Amino acid sequence: MAIVAQTSRFGTYGRPTLAWIVGLLFFFPIFYMVLTSFKTDADAVKPEFLLFFTPTLENYTNMTANYDYWHFATNSVITSVFATIFTLVVGIPAAYAMAFNPSRSTKDILMWMLSTKMLPAAAVLYPMIFLAKGIGLYDTHILIITVLCLINLPIAIWMLFTYFKEIPRDIIEAGKMDGVNTFGEIKEILVPLAWGGIAATALLVFIFCWNEAYWTVRLTTLDAATLSKLIEGNRAPEGLFFGRLSAVSTAAVGPIVVLGWFCQKQLVQGLTFGAVK
Amino acid sequence: MGRIVLKNVTKSFGETEVIPPLDLTIENGEFAVFVGPSGCGKSTLLRMIAGLEDLTSGDIEIDDEVVTQVPPSKRGLAMVFQSYALYPHMTVRKNIGFPLRMEKMDPADINKRVESAATSLNLTDYLDRKPGQLSGGQRQRVAIGRAIVRDPSAFLFDEPLSNLDAALRVGMRLEISEMHERMQTTMIYVTHDQVEAMTMADKIVVLQAGVIEQVGSPLDLYHKPKNVFVAGFIGSPKMNIFSGPAAEAFGAHTIGIRPEHTAVSMSEGTWEGTVGVAEHLGSDTFIHVHNTGLADMVTVRINGDITVKHGDTIYLTPETDQIHRFDAQGLRIE
Repeated sequence: MAIVAQTSRFGTYGRPTLAWIVGLLFFFPIFYMVLTSFKTDADAVKPEFLLFFTPTLENYTNMTANYDYWHFATNSVITSVFATIFTLVVGIPAAYAMAFNPSRSTKDILMWMLSTKMLPAAAVLYPMIFLAKGIGLYDTHILIITVLCLINLPIAIWMLFTYFKEIPRDIIEAGKMDGVNTFGEIKEILVPLAWGGIAATALLVFIFCWNEAYWTVRLTTLDAATLSKLIEGNRAPEGLFFGRLSAVSTAAVGPIVVLGWFCQKQLVQGLTFGAVK
Repeated sequence: MGRIVLKNVTKSFGETEVIPPLDLTIENGEFAVFVGPSGCGKSTLLRMIAGLEDLTSGDIEIDDEVVTQVPPSKRGLAMVFQSYALYPHMTVRKNIGFPLRMEKMDPADINKRVESAATSLNLTDYLDRKPGQLSGGQRQRVAIGRAIVRDPSAFLFDEPLSNLDAALRVGMRLEISEMHERMQTTMIYVTHDQVEAMTMADKIVVLQAGVIEQVGSPLDLYHKPKNVFVAGFIGSPKMNIFSGPAAEAFGAHTIGIRPEHTAVSMSEGTWEGTVGVAEHLGSDTFIHVHNTGLADMVTVRINGDITVKHGDTIYLTPETDQIHRFDAQGLRIE
């Protein structure tokens, strides 16, 4: 009896408390970043944990005055949106083919795709930079979109493949019998049926694109530079101005946090999909 | 038109040959049933005709045109799946009209044909519902509606009634038969249920391990099974089959006698045994007899009611002109 009572008490109070602690632990750096963004640079460098101070918008006004935040933000939107679209345009047919017309090597291809994610990016950094400069695409939207698309395709195809696998084969075959061609099967049957999964994949890819820093920082200078570059740029040349850096970072992650908030349901469903059936 | 010819068709999955070379002709307007135990290749064969499964070798002709390389959508066939395979995101109206929309038919015409198909299948009240809101029987009707609306040269049915309950199955069976009488279109129907095969078919194709054991009309198969397998497979309850001295007495390696061709007496007869179970169906009684020395169990079918109980001694007399004789290879001796 006692044990049962203890277990249920832990279930009622212990588990939520634990969840809150973990949640706050994860949230704290973001919270402190947002907090710091409203501090003056003088307040921001103070070593003690400063919770109460006179808030200022100076960092934000400086941000738009000193550098063109909107230029970077626009680049982030353009590259993320187009990279997401292209990832789906390539990923959906690829996942469709592997889910509904598997060959003997389908499993190997899937593993190979995943293995590309295991390759350290640094290994191909210089070839990529030389290549980009060589074909004159360095610091262009096309390059960034292509790279973002390529690095996200494996994950996108895996996710879509898992979703498509859940669709009964009979339905696709009924489509074939009803006179649909391959494109029609995807457009009329697959996409409507796997809509939730496709949305979750798109959202995740978009978030990955938006947050990507390794390649976007190294393959751009200004023209195609994204918000990641802006954060990076604020660090190096002007020293560590924590207040300003925090403001830039907040402005960079803000949109994606809002987007993630609104699409929480799809996102959680997408990430845990296939784990339990 | 819908004359379907299979020429030397084979199918292998990797090293495993599921269909050895096979020839078959299904005439225009015929109701052909592929029947056999599960795993006998009947569904694979149907899917090959549909184009959903590639042939390993051989050719398929529809109306004298080789369609082996033609994709399913261009073969002019309609298929009804065991799982119904309706489009869950579309209403019944959209489901039935889908093949027509894919043909780019005029929306007004589509509507007219959908309405008429729905009327003939009693689906008019459900046209704006989604498949999820329908019962199994209604879903099956929608699947049939989607097939008939395009006026195909042949219908393919892949165990369409297996997911329905028994009462509904009998009703749908009749409806499909009537549909065939009305439309006179070629139909190929796959089932493992020999009762469905017997009641619906013009021509039954009995398959075992990818090999056609016999092709013929239901009564052909019933009266003249070519071999022991067909003899045992067609007919319900199953034919009693036994070898040994009892068979040798009739000059055969194996003999078969149907339960309905055996007379029963409580006092005298050819074979003696004890009653195991008597199943009373009202119109008929099935008596399962043990200890006959012929086989583990012999089943007899008696018209009407008979009162016997477990352990009673019973005498069986076969109608000698109804005995099926088979040689050591299991082939029929005429």
